[in-house]
Amino acid sequence: MSDTLGSIDRRLLDEIASLHSIPQGAHNIRKNGKGISRNSTANIEITPKADKPGIDVVIRPGTVNESVHIPVILSESGLTDVVYNTFEVGERSDVLIVAGCGIHNSGLSDSRHDGVHEFIVRKGAHMRYVEKHYGEGQGRRILNPVTVVHIEENASAELELVQIRGVDSTDRETRISLAKGARIVITERLLTSGDQVAESRITIDLNGEDSTAQVISRSVAKDRSQQVFYFTLNGRNRCRGHVQCDSIVMDQSHVQSIPEVGAYHSEAQLIHEAAIGRIAGEQLLKLMSLGLTEEEAEATILEGFLA
Amino acid sequence: MLVLKHVSYTPEGNGPTDPILADANLVLEEGRLYVITGPNGGGKSTLARLIMGIYRANSGQIILDGEDITDLSVDERARLGIGYAFQQPPRFKGLTVGRLLRLAGGSRLGESEISSLLLRVGLCPRDYVDREIDSTLSGGELKRIELASILARDLKVAVFDEPEAGIDLWSFRRLAQTFGELHEQSNATIVIISHQERILELADDIILVADGRVETPRSKDEVLAVIRDEEACRCSLPTEEGIEEHVGYFRQH
Repeated sequence: MSDTLGSIDRRLLDEIASLHSIPQGAHNIRKNGKGISRNSTANIEITPKADKPGIDVVIRPGTVNESVHIPVILSESGLTDVVYNTFEVGERSDVLIVAGCGIHNSGLSDSRHDGVHEFIVRKGAHMRYVEKHYGEGQGRRILNPVTVVHIEENASAELELVQIRGVDSTDRETRISLAKGARIVITERLLTSGDQVAESRITIDLNGEDSTAQVISRSVAKDRSQQVFYFTLNGRNRCRGHVQCDSIVMDQSHVQSIPEVGAYHSEAQLIHEAAIGRIAGEQLLKLMSLGLTEEEAEATILEGFLA
Repeated sequence: MLVLKHVSYTPEGNGPTDPILADANLVLEEGRLYVITGPNGGGKSTLARLIMGIYRANSGQIILDGEDITDLSVDERARLGIGYAFQQPPRFKGLTVGRLLRLAGGSRLGESEISSLLLRVGLCPRDYVDREIDSTLSGGELKRIELASILARDLKVAVFDEPEAGIDLWSFRRLAQTFGELHEQSNATIVIISHQERILELADDIILVADGRVETPRSKDEVLAVIRDEEACRCSLPTEEGIEEHVGYFRQH
């Protein structure tokens, strides 16, 4: 364990990347606006950008079963951290990239991280990208990630975007472009409580023939929190796109789901499904009839829904 | 032993309505299997839901082994050993079959117990343990999982609300066998709401519920003889419209 990681840092790393120490493989750990640990491997090269904060991650063609961890932790109150990261996933490679940001803000000023991530997934490659956001402490925590993914011919990507606790304000933008035969699956999980606000915009351009996109978005809004989702599917070729958006509203929360489905080709098949509602009474009764209290039943339903 | 004394239930709603269940009196003994039957809308499911506490009685008392449980909530009754298999079980996005069965059976339920529970209801464990209880399951699959969630528990009173609905004919034989085994192997009070003769055949006693009235349990042989012979039934049954309607219904199905 590095001396640069205190107990708060370790907890944040555990929350966002399931890391208990500095990982062995390719990684870049950023703390309070500075890189504190970086490691490249034979197949994965990480270099800092010359012109602005951030890194370039280049994964060699044919790299399989390797992973890159690039967590960001903010534990200094009042810091605004903006970072630009670029990833090139080489042809025919198959990798896991784990990102995420954990904020511990014990002060009165806002702590804010704006991460701009751009990915190029080369021909025939597969990338799984996991991004978790977590916040704690008294001060406001703000996260505004931008994720841009270009998926080349017959390549595929899975994006898991998770924000479960402690982020006061988030404005998330995700833009995807798909070439011929390219595939994307986006799984989004969001929970807000208190007075938190969250906006998420996912735009997918299905440019290539036989490209496919699937979005599975599930969210829970508690207390007075507010969520707005924008989903845009543009079918510009023979393609298939499917958005499934489910939200549970509780207390005085508000959730809006705004679809935009555009077909610019006669063989584009696009579906948007959205359902917003409270927890069904019969679900609570079923679990209570197994001996769970109402609170336990509710927690079990939410935990499963956001799993 | 579960006792209902003068239990009545009228749903809350717009103005005065007739009770769905009026002055129900029942004594359900441990180790016995009761089948409740009667026409649709007669009050059978209401009776089951009153026992589980999903509906609250407007008047009367419900007593489990000497303890008055009338004012207890659903979960409190569940922890005392009452279970209820829903007629239309809810679906849960994200909750797996394995998780539901563990919630039902508690921590004592290991992997092998979950597998054997699924096999008992005719589902292949490998295909179902990690399946979510969502809209990809058919109505029949959902009913089997519901049944397994009750079999997972160690109950004093197990109530099944039309367990055969949505189950195909072949599986239905297996279902009847499962109830037979449960009755043989446990000392629970088993209550099954059903219209099916094969289920009625399993009963120690049959309870007719029609038009909001609950009859005193009678022996299976007595009731089946009545139901099978319309002439006999006309002579021996009370002439209330509800019971007549029930017999007519049963003969048609």
